[in-house]
Amino acid sequence: MESLLAQTINLFAVALLVLAFAMIAQRRILTLIHLYTLQGAALVAATLVVAHLTGQHHLYGSAILTFVLKVVLIPVMLHRVIDRLNVRWDVETLFNIPTTMLIGIVLVIVAFNLAAPIASLSASIARGTLGIALACMLLSFLMMIVRAKAVPQVIGFLSMENGLFFAATAATAGMPMIVELGIAFDVLVGILILGVFMFQIREQFDSLDIRHLERLKED
Amino acid sequence: MVSWTGLLAQILAIALALALAPLLMGWVNQWRAWLQNRRAPSLLQPYRTLHKLFHKESVLAENASPLFRIAPYIVFGCMALACGIAPTLSTDLPLAPAADAIALVGLFALARVFISLAAMDVGTAFGSLGARREMLIGFLAEPALLMVLFSASLITQSTSLARIVETLAHQSFAIYPSLAVAGVAFTFVSLAENARVPVDNPATHLELTMIHEALILEYSGRHLALIEWAAALKLFAYSCIGLALFFPWGVAEAGTPLAILFAIPALVLKLAVGGVLLAVIETINAKMRLFRVPEFLATAFLLAVIALLVHVLLGA
Repeated sequence: MESLLAQTINLFAVALLVLAFAMIAQRRILTLIHLYTLQGAALVAATLVVAHLTGQHHLYGSAILTFVLKVVLIPVMLHRVIDRLNVRWDVETLFNIPTTMLIGIVLVIVAFNLAAPIASLSASIARGTLGIALACMLLSFLMMIVRAKAVPQVIGFLSMENGLFFAATAATAGMPMIVELGIAFDVLVGILILGVFMFQIREQFDSLDIRHLERLKED
Repeated sequence: MVSWTGLLAQILAIALALALAPLLMGWVNQWRAWLQNRRAPSLLQPYRTLHKLFHKESVLAENASPLFRIAPYIVFGCMALACGIAPTLSTDLPLAPAADAIALVGLFALARVFISLAAMDVGTAFGSLGARREMLIGFLAEPALLMVLFSASLITQSTSLARIVETLAHQSFAIYPSLAVAGVAFTFVSLAENARVPVDNPATHLELTMIHEALILEYSGRHLALIEWAAALKLFAYSCIGLALFFPWGVAEAGTPLAILFAIPALVLKLAVGGVLLAVIETINAKMRLFRVPEFLATAFLLAVIALLVHVLLGA
């Protein structure tokens, strides 16, 4: 039973990775938010299993925090932002998805190789998943780089935080509660500010395409 | 040394595949109709279609070469053999050593090459259009399918399907994240390979979107019947390979002839559930544009590669 539970951690970790790939491949903003919510849910499930197996009760706390923040609050806020920006059905068409995904595979291989020596030092039950957590972070980075619109970039940023949180749970026994709370509020404040930014960008340029920001001067 | 029970299981497996494949097709069509609020055709409709086609005269184009005539038989033979190799009822199959998972993919490729050549043989525009589309899908689906089979092979240390099933079904239950991902990839590939909805619509004769129908447009009578039957067998073979890799429980082991009796209801039950799931997938998805298909199959390939990588990382 215990070993089966330990295997479900791997399963949830792989779900996180696949969802990170799905986000890269997804063009629609609405589906992107759904995927982000799902990723949050997978993260909560993985944290709960780790908490149960290792008997670390503060991990239950961070699981609840993650649930409230990443499965409920942030998705609701994102839904409201895309409603008010009226980009709910927006579709991005500008990048080549198969190429991006191939780059993604290379990133995964790099992450797995990077994490292997670190994981062998750790004694945590979920140490094997450190590579997956690292891969999730790099994939979210990639998403932030290739996306041209503001909302997907913000979602990339948020999903990177998911990867970071999972790395902390997998490699060590989770971060200290105070650090976790700090990060949680940083993310929350971050998304509020980014939300304001998105409105400002739209106000200035009549579009959410951040390539407009590359020009510093009016012609 | 071929055992009598093995031989019996082999004959039974092929006979069952030949008999049940149209039924599976009918079952999927029935559920599709129900889910889409239409009146369903009878479960036996595919048999009636086959019966009708076998009794009709086969009309050939004037410039059809012998290749056009023999292609249906080759395709049908390939699919029947594939059904014989996939461990549906028992893992003790005399034919199983003839082809491992890689050769099985080759068998599907052989059928694809012949049906495409035959489609181009008569020289109609639709035939070559369908053949090109079929090859486009095939060359993208095959590597993904191979990767899926490899991730199962990595776990069980064998590329023989029978060995894979034996190893997976008879060890203590374990969760393989790599197999879960490979399962999703396999679903994508089998949707594409069997001309099901997100890639091709099996119920359409609308010229511009069809793939499979365009290929076989020139066929009639018994040739068409064989091809339709082969298509049903292909769906059956893919379902059985999927079940063998991801739900291998219930398949009889070597030397237990009585277990075959239990393997039959288990197989029928698994196929019935699988057929309903296929109908659900086909109902909730819209057919995608042809130029999106490479992206769809690239995703399948990517998932299969992730499965391999995850296996290397986690060792499970």
